[in-house]
Amino acid sequence: MNFLIMNIPLNITSTIHDWIYSIMPETAASITIMVLIAVIYLALFAIIGLYLVLLERKVAAWFQLRLGPNRVGPWGIFQTIADALKLVSKELTSNDRIDKFLYNLAPYFVIVSTLIGISVFPFSKQFQAFDINIGLFFLFAVSSIGVIGILVGGWASNNKFALIGAMRSGLQTISYELSVGLSLLTMVLLTGTLQLSEIIEVQRTGGWLILQGHIPAIIAFMIFMIAGTAETNRAPFDLVEAESELGAGFHTEYSGMKFAYFFLAEFINMFIIASIAVVVFFGGWLSPFGITDGITWFPEVLWFLIKVVMIIILMMWFRWTFPRLRVDQLLTLEWKYLLPINLANLMFMAVIIWMNWTI
Amino acid sequence: MSYFSDIYNGVKSLITGMKVTGGYFIHARKGAITQQYPDNRETLKMFDRFRGEVVMPHDENNQHRCTGCQSCEIACPNGSIEIIWDRAIDPETGKKKKKIDKHIYHLSMCTMCGLCIEACPTDAIVWAQNYENSVYDRSYLTKTLNQPGSTVQAGVED
Repeated sequence: MNFLIMNIPLNITSTIHDWIYSIMPETAASITIMVLIAVIYLALFAIIGLYLVLLERKVAAWFQLRLGPNRVGPWGIFQTIADALKLVSKELTSNDRIDKFLYNLAPYFVIVSTLIGISVFPFSKQFQAFDINIGLFFLFAVSSIGVIGILVGGWASNNKFALIGAMRSGLQTISYELSVGLSLLTMVLLTGTLQLSEIIEVQRTGGWLILQGHIPAIIAFMIFMIAGTAETNRAPFDLVEAESELGAGFHTEYSGMKFAYFFLAEFINMFIIASIAVVVFFGGWLSPFGITDGITWFPEVLWFLIKVVMIIILMMWFRWTFPRLRVDQLLTLEWKYLLPINLANLMFMAVIIWMNWTI
Repeated sequence: MSYFSDIYNGVKSLITGMKVTGGYFIHARKGAITQQYPDNRETLKMFDRFRGEVVMPHDENNQHRCTGCQSCEIACPNGSIEIIWDRAIDPETGKKKKKIDKHIYHLSMCTMCGLCIEACPTDAIVWAQNYENSVYDRSYLTKTLNQPGSTVQAGVED
C-alpha cells in the first residue's frame, strides 16, 4: 500500500511539497499532500462551477441585450451563491418506480468523471496535480465516463423523456468523441507527446501550436470546438435536454443537489473542453509573445484562466446564436462532414510535418 | 461538388449569425432593453403600443367624443363595457337625441383585446399607457369613463 501511494506523482507547488516532506515522515507527507490536493481541487471545482453559471447568465444577457443578474451583490456576483444555497436546501424528490441504486449513482458518475478530468491540467508550471505521460488520452478516457452517468440517470428515472434524452446523449457523445479524438490527434502529430506539460514545453520554443501548424491546426481547432461543444451537450447540440421537446431531458426526474451535480458537471465539462483547447492550441499558461516571461512573480495561472474564459465565451457565443440541430442533422454533420474533413486534415498535417512546412 | 459549397455556405451563414449576436454583445451595455422598473418609475415611459386600460379623453370644455352608439359594447367579447344612455331634446334642433349617461368600463374583466377601440366610429375611447393598475378592492376597477357633467363635442355625429 505504501509503495502504491509513493508512486503517484502528485505535485502542487514544489516549495509546499518540499516543506511538507521536510516536517513529516514520507507516508504521512504523501497522504497530507493528497488530502491537500483534494481540498484544493474540490474548492476549485465549486468556484469554477458556480462562477461559470454566473458568467453564462451574464453573457447570455448581453447577447440578448439584457442586463443579467444584478441584484444580489455588486453586478450580481453573489447571485450564484444564492442559487447554490437554494439548490442545497431543496427537497430531493423522486418518483415511485425508479431504480433507486442507479438513480442515486448517476450524478456521481457525471461529477466524478469531470473532477478527475480537471486534475490533469497544468494550470501553471508548478500547479498541476497529476502529470502523466498519457495526459490527453487519459482525458478522453475519463470524459467518456460522464456519458455513462447520463445514460444511467436517464434509464433509472423511469421516464420517457429522460430515457430519450439519455439515448440521444449516448448517440451524440459516442459520435463526437471521434471528432474530438481525431482533431487532437492531428495536434499530437505536431507535438509528438501526449503529456500535457510537455505539450506546453513544445510551444515555449516554437510558438503556439495553432501558429506552428497553421492551416491544418486552424481546421483542427474549428472541428475541436464544434465537437467539443457537442461533447458538453450544450446548444446548438443540446438535444439531450432540449427543453421544448423533452422537458429537461435526462435530468427531468432529478431535483435539488442531484440536479445541481448534473448542472455543475455540464459547466465543468465546458471548462475542461476550453482547457484542452487552451493547452493544445493556445500555449496553456504561456504568455502571448513571452511578455511576462521576465517577471518571475507573475502568476502564470492568470494567462491560463484568461485564455480559458475567452474560449468559454466563444462557446457561449455559439450557444446563444445557433438554433438546435435535429438528430439526423447532428449525425449528418458528424459522419458526413466532420469525420471525412478530420481524416483528410490528419493526412494534411502528416504531410506538412513530413515536408517540414511547419512555422 | 455541392458537398464543398454546402460546407462553405454553412460556415458563412453561421458567421453571419455570430456577427449579429456579437454586435449585440459588444453594445449590450448601451443598448440594453431591460427596464429596471421599481428603480426608474419616475422616468419610465411606456411605449405607444402598450395597452394599460381604456380611457375616454376629454377636452378643456369637459367634452368627449362619445355619441352613445354602443358599438364598443357590442364589440366587447366579455361584456366589460356597459353604456347607460338616455334620450334628451337637443336645444338647437328641438329633436330627441341619444346621449350617454354613463360609460361604464370593468377593468377587472377586460382582456385588453382592443376590439372596442377598433369598433369606435368616432375615436372616443383610446388606450392609456398607465401600468400600475392594482387596487385593494375590486369595486375600484369598475370605472365610469365619462366625467360627470360632460357633454358630447359638437360636430362629432356628422
